[in-house]
Amino acid sequence: MNAASVPTFPPVDVLVIGGGNAGLCAAISARRAGASVLVVEAAPKFYRGGNTRHTRNMRCAHDAATESLSGPYTEDEFFDDLLRVTQGNTNEDLARMMIAESKEMLDWIVQQGVRWQPSLGGTLSLGRTNSFFLGGGRSMLNALYLTADKLGVDVRYDAEVLDLEIDGGRCRAATIKHPEGLRRIEAKSFVAAAGGFEANIEWLKEAWGPAAENFLIRGTPYNRGALLRLLIDKGVEQVGDPTQCHAVAIDARAPKFDGGIITRLDCVVFGIVVNNRAERFYDEGEDIWPKRYAIWGRLVAQQPDQIAYIVFDASSLELFMPSLYRPIAAASIGELAGKLGLPPEKLEETVATFNRAVQPGTFDDKVLDDCRTEGLTPPKTHWARRIERGPFYAYPVRPGITFTYLGVRVDARARMHMADGSLSDNMFAAGEIMAGNVLGRGYAAGIGMTIGAVFGRIAGREAAAHACR
Amino acid sequence: MHAADMLKESDRLMTVCNSCRYCEGLCAVFPAMEMRRAFTAGDLNYLANLCHGCGACYVDCQFAPPHEFSVNVPKTLAKLRAGSWERYAWPGALSGLFRRNGLAIALIAAASVAIFLFSFMRAPAFSNPATAPGGFYAIMPHNAIALLFGGVFVYAIAALGLSLRRFWTDIGEPAATLAASKPLWQAIRDAGSLRYLDGGGVGCYNAGEKPDDVRRFYHHLTFYGFVLCFAATSVATLYHYLLGREAPYAPWDLPVVLGTLGGLGLVIGPIGLARAKRTRDAAMVDETRFGMDAAFIVMLLLTALTGLALLALRATPAMNALLAVHMGVVFALFLTLPYSRFVHGLYRFAALVRYARERADEKRAKPGEE
Ligand SMILES: Cc1cc2nc3c(=O)[nH]c(=O)nc-3n(C[C@H](O)[C@H](O)[C@H](O)COP(=O)(O)OP(=O)(O)OC[C@H]3O[C@@H](n4cnc5c(N)ncnc54)[C@H](O)[C@@H]3O)c2cc1C
Ligand code: SF4
Ligand code: SF4
Repeated sequence: MNAASVPTFPPVDVLVIGGGNAGLCAAISARRAGASVLVVEAAPKFYRGGNTRHTRNMRCAHDAATESLSGPYTEDEFFDDLLRVTQGNTNEDLARMMIAESKEMLDWIVQQGVRWQPSLGGTLSLGRTNSFFLGGGRSMLNALYLTADKLGVDVRYDAEVLDLEIDGGRCRAATIKHPEGLRRIEAKSFVAAAGGFEANIEWLKEAWGPAAENFLIRGTPYNRGALLRLLIDKGVEQVGDPTQCHAVAIDARAPKFDGGIITRLDCVVFGIVVNNRAERFYDEGEDIWPKRYAIWGRLVAQQPDQIAYIVFDASSLELFMPSLYRPIAAASIGELAGKLGLPPEKLEETVATFNRAVQPGTFDDKVLDDCRTEGLTPPKTHWARRIERGPFYAYPVRPGITFTYLGVRVDARARMHMADGSLSDNMFAAGEIMAGNVLGRGYAAGIGMTIGAVFGRIAGREAAAHACR
Repeated sequence: MHAADMLKESDRLMTVCNSCRYCEGLCAVFPAMEMRRAFTAGDLNYLANLCHGCGACYVDCQFAPPHEFSVNVPKTLAKLRAGSWERYAWPGALSGLFRRNGLAIALIAAASVAIFLFSFMRAPAFSNPATAPGGFYAIMPHNAIALLFGGVFVYAIAALGLSLRRFWTDIGEPAATLAASKPLWQAIRDAGSLRYLDGGGVGCYNAGEKPDDVRRFYHHLTFYGFVLCFAATSVATLYHYLLGREAPYAPWDLPVVLGTLGGLGLVIGPIGLARAKRTRDAAMVDETRFGMDAAFIVMLLLTALTGLALLALRATPAMNALLAVHMGVVFALFLTLPYSRFVHGLYRFAALVRYARERADEKRAKPGEE
């Protein structure tokens, strides 16, 4: 591509690539710092803000309860949670900095027009640690876009960055695919906020092998990682491992992309999970669901054909949040197997073996109860109840990829590290595209938005400072 | 869309929303939905009438069209709602009035005005200026007016009451709820402030992406204008029968003051609402009911305009004709009340009463959780 022959957009101080939470926080903060800002968003307007559209809450440290948070959540507790879920796979300095900054986020994000939902109680278990967006992620995004617009941030939709002119740690211009053709745009600073590469099945296959063909992508089809690949190819240091991602078991009937939150299933702990050989493969009752839901994507990905079935009986049907698709129902286990395409005798045997191993106990889904199996491999260590009361139900599940962790390395000012050990002059990153810096593995609900908002705000401020010096 | 299709689509959406619940802080519909796992026709009709159509859940929905889940709660519930009014209408034979409602109401109003005009013109006092002794009632005796309007008022109340009963049975709510004071009082406050027309705090979505409080403001003018006009008439009736004081009243007298204030609200309010309606994002509204909405707005506006004109010109020869027109309009307004957009307030209020009852029971069942 000959850069000189491409028509140009007027140059700006700060070019923000990607219009999700991270991108908008960066754009607003850069604009507030006095820079002229353009956001280029690959998706059409409705699909703007990629995965942010699907979110619900954000995890911020706070020292006291508020109208929207039921109790304090200290920086130390947040850090301990992060250490635990990542098993130490985090950059401690960056993580501590982010957690400290997250405190201010609770107010800052409100100043940008976003509203928190007063704590309602009921179905949500994260009321103390996480703040919920009133109206959800799209409402939050709409508020950020309105604020950005009011401040004079320019936004272009259907504008995918295809190329960057990077020379020794310095970026000069970007090439954008736009409905009218290619456009080149020069900027003084760049903020990469284009999400992960979870919608790029080919790339997922590089890491996971052919199994990735059967993965479902829970969020936007537009996070294809083109920008991440460009940056890595052009000398930015990568962080994290391409196989690390947030993956849960979602309803196998969900659409390939963008099915969002409503295809999740919270019923693993109430039944058994079998693969397509009708065999169990993991302890369904290992720990309370919020602590375990994020391992099941990976577990199912390791099963033949990347499919599994949650099987339970009538006594559990109403114990969990409803989801989009109805469970498959049958009067007997054999009939259920038939409907699922599983070998009937085998499923009957698996259920019978499980039922025989169940010990008497007092069922309580709110605590780690004493309902468990004895002499069964793998065991079910809590909430084990015989599957005996028809009708019998099943949900087919597949791995649903939420987002990927491979990213670009940044410092505490969100500035990119180059692979040669130097710091980039004018390239910053925020959000999913650099999540791997603090989130090497595992997940704590709501931290995706924390990473985007905190690093977005910093990246915008620093990018503006660089552009306006 | 047929009633069955509307129910089916509403059921589909409520199943989607119940798996999502992101909108639970926006209004009463979502918390009410969360109390259920499956939705009967009655449940859906209840939710539909609970929805104020603020539009927030459409603008905020990650699954709104063009997404393949195509979630559009305001429009779907608006359709179901209007369809439900047809089915509840008493007598059932007149439910057809809801269809092509604009035309029906225009015809009834025109006929009513014509009849009043015609009968007035035959009255001997008609050609006399209003200054003639006896004022208003020289043209038409007060008792005749009271009988006629009392009659149509009683009819409207009865028809509305019987329709309401059908709604109440359909949603499966016991009659006792209506007798309990707490839910009633809560609903009066919620309805009186249009609490759920605020999109969860920012205002409702009208034109464009910026929410505002325009519709709520004009609705308040309209509603309270209506209430004041109604109060003016009631006070005048009391004056007449209790105190023996006959119209016309002096400009500072209560019926005139109330009527003037109410009339102004009832002029500005409907005009504002009509304008808001025109600029509203068509994606969120049930455009097939445009006639019904317009007819009701126009009727309110005509009531107020003719009333105010009567007040202003009561000492001129135009008074007689104006009085006839005003009475014709008011008569038609009340006659068609049970088959007009007016019923939205009735069912919405009833739905709010039920919601208040459900919330209170829920809290009682889960103490400490708020
Ligand atoms: C169903 C679901 C629920 C979730 N719930 C939560 C939650 O409750 N809390 C939480 O913290 N996290 C949640 N997450 C994770 C969260 O969505 C992400 O961590 C977060 O959205 C990342 O923000 P971002 O701005 O980095 O990326 P995104 O919000 O995905 O934005 C990236 C943007 O970049 C654009 N883009 C991509 N490539 C290009 C390109 N080449 N040029 C220009 N633009 C490009 C995309 O179109 C997109 O709009 C959830 C994810 C999913 C899928
Ligand atoms: S309208 Fe959309 S965002 Fe709101 S609860 Fe329903 S599905 Fe969720
Ligand atoms: S349109 Fe407004 S009132 Fe109706 S369901 Fe949606 S948010 Fe609630």
